Formats: sequence, structure tokens, C-alpha cells
Amino acid sequence: MTAETLAPAIRRRRGAPARELARWAYGVLGILVLAAAWELYKLLGPSDGVVIGDARILPRTTDLAMPHTWDMIARLFDPVTRSATANPLWLEVALAALVTLGIAAVGWLVGIVVGFALALIMQRWRLAEWGLLPWIILSQTVPLIAFAPVVRSWGSRIEIGAFEWQDWMSVAVIASYLAFFPIAVGALKGLQSPDTIHTELMRTYGVGWWKTLVKLRIPASIPYLLPALRLGAANAVIGAVVAEVSTGMQGGIGRILIQYAGQASGDPSKAWGPIFGSIVLGLAAAGSVAILGAILRNYRRVEINA
Amino acid sequence: MTQLPETPVAPTRTVDAVTVTGVDKTFDTRSGQVDALTGIDLTVSAGEFISLIGPSGCGKSTLMRLIADLDQPTAGTVTVFGKSAKQARLDQDYGIAFQQAGLLPWRTVAANVGLPLELHGASGRDRTARVGELLDMVGLSDFADRYPDQLSGGMQQRVAIARALAEKPDLLLMDEPFGALDEMTRERMQTELLRICAETGAAVVFVTHSIPEAVYLSDRVVVMSPRPGRIQEIVPMGLNRDPAHAEALREERAFFDGVTAVREALHTGSPVPTGARGVENR
Repeated sequence: MTAETLAPAIRRRRGAPARELARWAYGVLGILVLAAAWELYKLLGPSDGVVIGDARILPRTTDLAMPHTWDMIARLFDPVTRSATANPLWLEVALAALVTLGIAAVGWLVGIVVGFALALIMQRWRLAEWGLLPWIILSQTVPLIAFAPVVRSWGSRIEIGAFEWQDWMSVAVIASYLAFFPIAVGALKGLQSPDTIHTELMRTYGVGWWKTLVKLRIPASIPYLLPALRLGAANAVIGAVVAEVSTGMQGGIGRILIQYAGQASGDPSKAWGPIFGSIVLGLAAAGSVAILGAILRNYRRVEINA
Repeated sequence: MTQLPETPVAPTRTVDAVTVTGVDKTFDTRSGQVDALTGIDLTVSAGEFISLIGPSGCGKSTLMRLIADLDQPTAGTVTVFGKSAKQARLDQDYGIAFQQAGLLPWRTVAANVGLPLELHGASGRDRTARVGELLDMVGLSDFADRYPDQLSGGMQQRVAIARALAEKPDLLLMDEPFGALDEMTRERMQTELLRICAETGAAVVFVTHSIPEAVYLSDRVVVMSPRPGRIQEIVPMGLNRDPAHAEALREERAFFDGVTAVREALHTGSPVPTGARGVENR
């Protein structure tokens, strides 16, 4: 009986590297298919795009609108400008992406603190859940573009002693505004996830809310929290990029997205550099949560009642 | 009554394990008040094994929950070792096991068993020693580092029983702990439970709806009837409780006589069946 019950776990472990490899292979295959579709349409599609009535439903296939994939990649290794001291494009994009990543990380952390605090309050007091949850949902319907300049102008009025509000802080606040939402909702669901049997068990041990929280609710919330943190990380990156654009902050990837797009008529491949950069940025942010998930893997076990 | 002859029942525990006096329990539901229990009087002596048996809805689990202070009676009093049920809960005078094992999936077997000790601030060394003892007792020493999802249902339930015994309680409350197990595992677990009870000298309140299980395990079987939940009859068993005799007992005349006595008590108690209602096929 013992060997039998343990068999699935062992099989799972043995199959892991092969499955991991297959997942990467599928990922690469997906990118290749996408590139092939792009090139195929560019080759076969009409140069003026597909137009029905007045609406263009498929883009022009000119080099200006759709550069070759290899041109886009080659452009990454050329200098940003004609100046002799210019960095290659990929480096410029990477440096800007790092700036944005740093800001997004701050926003993410603030989002975790705020989101988790809200979830705790809502778990503790049912009344707070009824009162707060609709507002939390409503908060996400405010358009970011409208909201960003307000944060910036309020921030610019904050000056406490030697502390002066920086532009990047506005961006971080906006990133956290997008990040806290999935974390609050996921954490609440996770904190509420323990079965009655578990909460009653803690009651029979005569322990209070705090110990129940630490020993039961927080560990039980981790399977719900991890996807929420991943969503939050992706949201923080999007929030940071959009906020950089709408607050006009220099140095981040949002800024060069706009700047290079403006130069696209002369250098169409260049605009794709920061686009690839922001994709990598989002993947890196979400991927770092996957590492967290691997560390906490024992908390993702589920109870199986035989 | 056979009172576990060799068991070193603590002499300090001359006081009864559980005293239930005139207890009523009414639940407020949307469709009005439901009388779950009326006029319950019951005394469980120290070291005694009591089963609560009856059809679904007779309030046997409710009665156990009142003893555990997971619910409060509407009228009457429940005392556990001479204290209020609440005080007994806070003092950890009882251990409890439910139908589901209710193990924490992120904790190893050893950490699950040690959970109550950890919560009450036992030192690491004491905890390790006690957990080792307990796992020995339930025969899971080789599985200390496994996780609950790597165990069968019967093994999970044994972990839950070890956890219930962690703080050496003088009273065990068990709500159909073997209800979800197959018959073979169930019989083995019953035998083990008797052995463990003999070793620890704890009193047990055991909720079940299996007649043979109640007869096999108990010193007295409390037969309950539904709507409203009342004690129909208390059937004393007086079987030979020598652990060495445990397997043979299942095929003995006295065992079958016990089953018949409890059956009859159950059937005289229940109201005339009306259609499919009252059919109990679990």
C-alpha cells in the first residue's frame, strides 16, 4: 500500500525535467510561429493592407509599417544614434528597462503591503469586506491616463523637510495602484480559504485570531497569493510604463517607447526595440514570482482525502 | 462494568470526564427554530469509552460539539472534568478528531502532530520527543517527514488521532473519525484505537452511525433518536476489553448480542418511517 500511494509523487518528480524542456520548446516554437506568420503576411499581403470600406482591418505590409523580423533584431545591435559614442540599441533599451523595473518593483512592494493589509482588514471584519470590496473594484475603473497627472501634481506639492517628492515616486504610486488590486482580492480569497474543520481545530486549541492567522490563514493563502503576486507584478510593470508616458518621466522605457515611435518614419525597426524590451520586462517581473513559488512549493500542496 | 483492568487511570481523575445536565440546543434557521437536542442528561466517567449512535439528524455530532465548546447549549450545563466546557477547551483537557483528518497540507506528518504543542509553546526538544512517541503509538514513525498528500486516508486519520493525543488529554472527542475509510482499514483502526485508549487511559466520546463499531469499541452505547434529539436508551456492553482479545471479540457471541441490543434500542426509538425519509444508507 505504501509504495502504491507514493508512486504518483515519485513519477511526478522523475518526469519533471523532460516536461520542463518541453515547455521551453513550446515557448520558442510559439515565438517562431508568430515570426513566420508576420513574414508570411508581409510577403503575401497587399502593400496597402486589407481595407474594407474605410476601415483598414489588416496593416500595410511596407517596410515602414512592418519591418522584417531580422531587421528588427539586427537593429538592436546597431548604435542608437549616428553619434560615435552612442550605445547599441539593446543596451539603451536594457538600461531604460532596468530603471522601469526598479520603479515597478517599488510599486509592486507597496502594492503587496497595501493589498495584504486591505485583505487582512476584510478578513478580520466581515463588515469591512462589504464596505471596502466595492470601492476596491471601483478603483480599477478609473482610467490611468486621467489619474496619472493628478498624482504627479499632488506629489509635486509634497515637501517635508529635506524630503522632496521625485517624479519616479509618482510613477511608483501609479504602478502600486494597479498592483494592489489583484493582491488584495487574491489574498482575501486565500485568507478565507481554510476549511471550517481547520478553523474549528484552532479554536479547540484555544488560540486567538493572531496565531490562527500566522499558523493557518497565511500559509493557506499562499496558493491563492502566488498567482495574485504574478498578476500584480505584471500590472506594476504596465502601470510603470504607462505612468512614465503620462507623467513625462525621463529615463525609463515608457519614455523611449514614445520617443522612438516618433522616429519610426525614418527608422522603423528602432521603435521595436523598446517594445521587445517591455515584453522582456513583463516576463522578468512575472518570472521572479515563479522563483518565489518554487521556494514556497510545500505551501502549494493540497489536501487529498482518500 | 469492565474498566480497562491494567490501565493506570490517574487517581486524581476521580471526577467524571463529562457531565451533561438538562441540555437543550435550538438552532435558529431561516425556516424557523430547529430543536437539535432536548433534555439531554449524560455522565461519562474518567477512562470510559462512550459511543453516541443514532440516525442522521439526531444531534449526536451537536452533542459532541457542545462538549468541545464549539457550540453553546441553549439551556442546561456541560461540565468537563468539573469545569465549564469553555474552561476545559482553554485548558486543553480534550483532544479532538473529525471525520476528515483535517491535516495542514503544507506541514509534514511530524509537524502536523506537533502543531498543538507548537501553538502552546512547548520547547523544540520536548516537541520532538513527544512527536516521536506519538508516531510510534500510531505506527507511523517511518512517515514523519512525509506530507499528508503522500499518505492514504487511513494513515492520514492515524496522524489526526496522534495529533489529538499530543497533549495527553484525559478525554478524546471523535466525530465519525473512521467514517470515510474502507471496511478493512476501519476494523484495523478500531483495534488500534482500543489499544491506544488502553495505553493512555483517556475517556472517549465517539460519534458513529455504525452499530458494530459502537458495540466493538464502547463500554456504553448511547442510542439517540431524532427530531428532537433525545437519548433513547443507554446500552451497557461489558465486553472483554483485553487488547490481546480484540480480534477474537468480533466473532464472539457477546459481541453479536450487543449488536442486537443496540439495534433494538435504535428501532424502538425511531418514529414510524414515512416513505424514504429516515433511510440511512451511508
